[in-house]
Amino acid sequence: MQFVANINIMPIKEILDPQGKAVKLGLHNLGIDQVDDVRIGKHITIRLEAADAAEAESKVKTACEKLLANLIMEEFTYDIQPA
Amino acid sequence: MKFGVVVFPGSNCDDDTVYTLQHNLGQNVVKLWHKDHDLQGCDFILLPGGFSYGDYLRTGAIARFSPIMNEVIEHANRGGYVMGICNGFQILVEAGLLPGVLLRNLSQKYSCRNVHLLPQSKKALLTAELPQRAYKIPIAHGDGRYFIDEDGLKRLNDQDQVLFRYCEADGSFTDEANPNGSIDHIAGVSNETFNVFGMMPHPERASDEALGNIDGRYILEQLVSTVLI
Repeated sequence: MQFVANINIMPIKEILDPQGKAVKLGLHNLGIDQVDDVRIGKHITIRLEAADAAEAESKVKTACEKLLANLIMEEFTYDIQPA
Repeated sequence: MKFGVVVFPGSNCDDDTVYTLQHNLGQNVVKLWHKDHDLQGCDFILLPGGFSYGDYLRTGAIARFSPIMNEVIEHANRGGYVMGICNGFQILVEAGLLPGVLLRNLSQKYSCRNVHLLPQSKKALLTAELPQRAYKIPIAHGDGRYFIDEDGLKRLNDQDQVLFRYCEADGSFTDEANPNGSIDHIAGVSNETFNVFGMMPHPERASDEALGNIDGRYILEQLVSTVLI
């Protein structure tokens, strides 16, 4: 069975995100003064073959923990749907 | 004493590192291809600077899974010496051989210039015997902001694992002397057993008289002199 996983990886709250800070300034310069926080992460889409949803989830979780995210600096969430 | 310099796709300081070890320090050195599984009997493994795998995903994250890294990790776990410079340091933290992580520079810019380093650890062979003064060494990185959580930082300091801190030419610590926003001015660290070292600055780029600065050679000589005893 084919599954598609949508993965979001974000810097953890304790870490200063200078990219987000710079973009916040840009948004203020654009006139959207109401923005008080911007944080920037990554979105990764994975298509994979698995026997069932549980196996797909276990593979995606391993991928996130071992390679896609570095848990010292990032946290991840994912959503897995049959393709 | 045999040194091995690992070449990953995108390494670009491998030749400089080999040159320095061979010509400036007179050592036996071979290049090791990242796809091999053979350390060729090397006693000391160096991971050079560069942009392995294009810095994709996170710096060092993909190189950490190169085939030869299995052997490098085994070598380190057996107590063998491993050192990473710049991208090599990033690979070692991703591999879990060194604590912490390297984040994007606070400036958001790639920074290529000389900085000054003050040797710190009295337990690591890289720094223990280095005379206390500021060493002028070039940096060239976009992701060099060393970060570790509060407990980890305390452990690093308590166990004397910090190798170098960024400083002014006179050895004082100021925010201006910290080129990337590293926590506690940290420029390099060792593991708990003092056989794995990582640093962002490039000592191999300051090791030949022709370059007008051999402060890097004084640092790298520590490895050779101490190991040979």
